[in-house]
Amino acid sequence: MIANDDVGAVLDGYAQPRREHLIPILQEVQDRQGYLSQEAMIRIGERLHLPASKVYGVATFYNQFRFQPKGRVHCTVCRGTACHVKGSLALLETIKRMLKIDAGQTTRDGAFSLEVVACMGACGLAPLVTLNEEFHAAVSVDSIQRIIRKQLKASEADARAK
Amino acid sequence: MMIEMEVNNRKVSAEPGETVLTALERAGIKVPTLCHLATLSPTGACRMCVVEVEGQRNLVPACAFPAAEGLKITTHSPRAVRARKTIIELLLANHPDDCLYCMRSGECDLQDLAREHGVRDRRFCGGRNVHRLDVSSPAILRDPDKCILCGKCVRVCEEIQGVGAIDFLGRGSQAIVGTAFNQGLNISSCINCGQCVTVCPTGALREQSHLKEVSAALHDSDMMVVVQHAPSISVTIAEEFGARPGHDASGTLNAALRRLGFDRVFDSAFAADLTIMEEASELVQRIQTGGRLPMMTSCSPGWVKFVEQQYPDFRENLSTCKSPQQMLGAVIKTYFADKAGVPPEKIFSVAVMPCAAKKFEAQRPEMGRDGLADVDAVLTTRELVRMIRNLGMDLRALDPEPADDVLGERSSAGKMFGVTGGVMEAALRTAHHLLTGTELPALRLKPLRGLRGVKHARVTINGLELGVAVVSGLGNAIKLLEELRAGRDDLHFIEVMTCPGGCIAGGGQPFKTDIAAVRARMRALYTIDRDEPVRMSHHNEALQRLYREFLGAPLGERSHALLHTHYVQREVVR
Ligand code: SF4
Ligand code: SF4
Ligand code: SF4
Ligand code: FES
Repeated sequence: MIANDDVGAVLDGYAQPRREHLIPILQEVQDRQGYLSQEAMIRIGERLHLPASKVYGVATFYNQFRFQPKGRVHCTVCRGTACHVKGSLALLETIKRMLKIDAGQTTRDGAFSLEVVACMGACGLAPLVTLNEEFHAAVSVDSIQRIIRKQLKASEADARAK
Repeated sequence: MMIEMEVNNRKVSAEPGETVLTALERAGIKVPTLCHLATLSPTGACRMCVVEVEGQRNLVPACAFPAAEGLKITTHSPRAVRARKTIIELLLANHPDDCLYCMRSGECDLQDLAREHGVRDRRFCGGRNVHRLDVSSPAILRDPDKCILCGKCVRVCEEIQGVGAIDFLGRGSQAIVGTAFNQGLNISSCINCGQCVTVCPTGALREQSHLKEVSAALHDSDMMVVVQHAPSISVTIAEEFGARPGHDASGTLNAALRRLGFDRVFDSAFAADLTIMEEASELVQRIQTGGRLPMMTSCSPGWVKFVEQQYPDFRENLSTCKSPQQMLGAVIKTYFADKAGVPPEKIFSVAVMPCAAKKFEAQRPEMGRDGLADVDAVLTTRELVRMIRNLGMDLRALDPEPADDVLGERSSAGKMFGVTGGVMEAALRTAHHLLTGTELPALRLKPLRGLRGVKHARVTINGLELGVAVVSGLGNAIKLLEELRAGRDDLHFIEVMTCPGGCIAGGGQPFKTDIAAVRARMRALYTIDRDEPVRMSHHNEALQRLYREFLGAPLGERSHALLHTHYVQREVVR
């Protein structure tokens, strides 16, 4: 588990944490931990006097929150308008199929996670996919298949080496 | 000063501050609603109740629109009716067309509305809802496919019961109502009260049915099948067969249960009297020996679970008495089994209850002995109605019969367990007798009657002034607990019923119960108390025989083993 007390530190940043602080608190906790754990959401709820169902309900309302830790390789697919026009949906479907996860999820071995993001402001490079912050511009279904296949091989080799 | 409005070219008067909807209802003009809850502020979420108001460009939701002098309203203009029909069609776009197989069919608001508005084809085609059926809870079943996201369950759970076990999750076409982290209801903070089920307009929430188990037992010639019915059932069930609310059908209820094949029919009010003997004795003992006060009643299983999980520091305040259902269950499989010469494992014990949480209570591991549960199955009022209809019976066509003796006699005090305040009145009558040897001079304790959520009284017995409080609706109980935590110390005894109004408005009672019906049921119970000769639990002859022949004295060794229980600290996601 997470040893340091990120949640406590975030909550301590508010003199009197109230319901209207819920979203900023969730954002800060996710920034620190990379995702929102159940333990974190329960603790936030306790401090804000909100049931866990409400905290989870609010968090799931927004696309920005994830509920599983990021994988060693974190992949984002831009679904902004320009990328959409250039076929990002097909890219997303391809990656989902290859990694066998949905957007917002992490593979069971913790190797990959997938996220959909809104416009990254680099529409000239559309469609855009990032792997651990490394940009891949103007990707096609073919090229993304190659990229992901390479990553999968690398992660299998890693697993064997252990 | 009344407000005058013109509705469909007729004069309709309204009170200042009320909404158009309530004024229309009083005038007998029906405008359909889906998200409206009479006791909570309007959200205007479903827009089913839209009407035309002269001078307003858009249709307005009647449930949220304040009545005002001179308003000119048309409730069923072609435009309003078309708008409502479109809303229904949109709701049906991703609905599973399951009506033939749906438990709610015939009493489903969505189905009624579709029929009333002449929906004949699927005009909008969305992807059908496909969600997991949540069968994890022993009391409540969630079927999110049938949910129309009206939000009533969420609001009742949070705003009336103060639990907040469920909320909206996700957004847009993916939105559902679910628990924290979308897990099973069984590990959530749900206390199984069933209030969400009674407000749900569709089959998305329902009770875990025990009908199969009961019917299997009834057809097992090896088993003796006995049934008990709770005090509130007889003043409720007849409504389902066309009687006006408040009709007491005790006799015909007994008859119907015998026709269904139950070998013995007992009255849970007998065990309510038994509970009173034990609980009043416990109260007197706590007062005399400096035990933990205020004592709190323990007959409402939703409340008990709530204390266990959310206020465990008050566990010691809960009376150790089991609820009447469980007391009778224990007595049936010991005393009665012995008397009838039937081994307890050959008895299948059924309870008809106004409540979903009773299903949870019956399966608590400590509610039995030697691997045998005290109560084997719990049916809600609604389930019993289905069973009676299934056999083609009509309650009204039967001649009244008495319950079986031994465990069928009751005082009117036991019967009052069905209404908020009833347990308190019954307990005070017997506590007075225990403390003074004489009867309470005036039996009717007016401040404790009525449907208010919080009631208080001070009662002097033998120079000792007792402070008592009665709350119903868990949200009210929470407020009281917080006051106690903050140091309030004027109370000796608190009655808590989980559902607002008590068992007569329980989570297992018929759908579409309105406040007028609840009031009529309450009056029926008080009338029984006014008119019957035996009005005190300690005057119940059969009960005194049970003590003489079997139990010994209240709080005695045998009582302790069979009729009392303990509470656990419960970990839930909350
Ligand atoms: S919830 Fe109502 S409309 Fe839906 S399948 Fe059941 S009866 Fe039919
Ligand atoms: S049964 Fe009661 S506590 Fe449980 S979800 Fe429904 S309203 Fe909430
Ligand atoms: S479960 Fe029932 S009450 Fe709750 S939102 Fe859905 S339809 Fe409404
Ligand atoms: S009942 Fe008025 S908006 Fe839903």
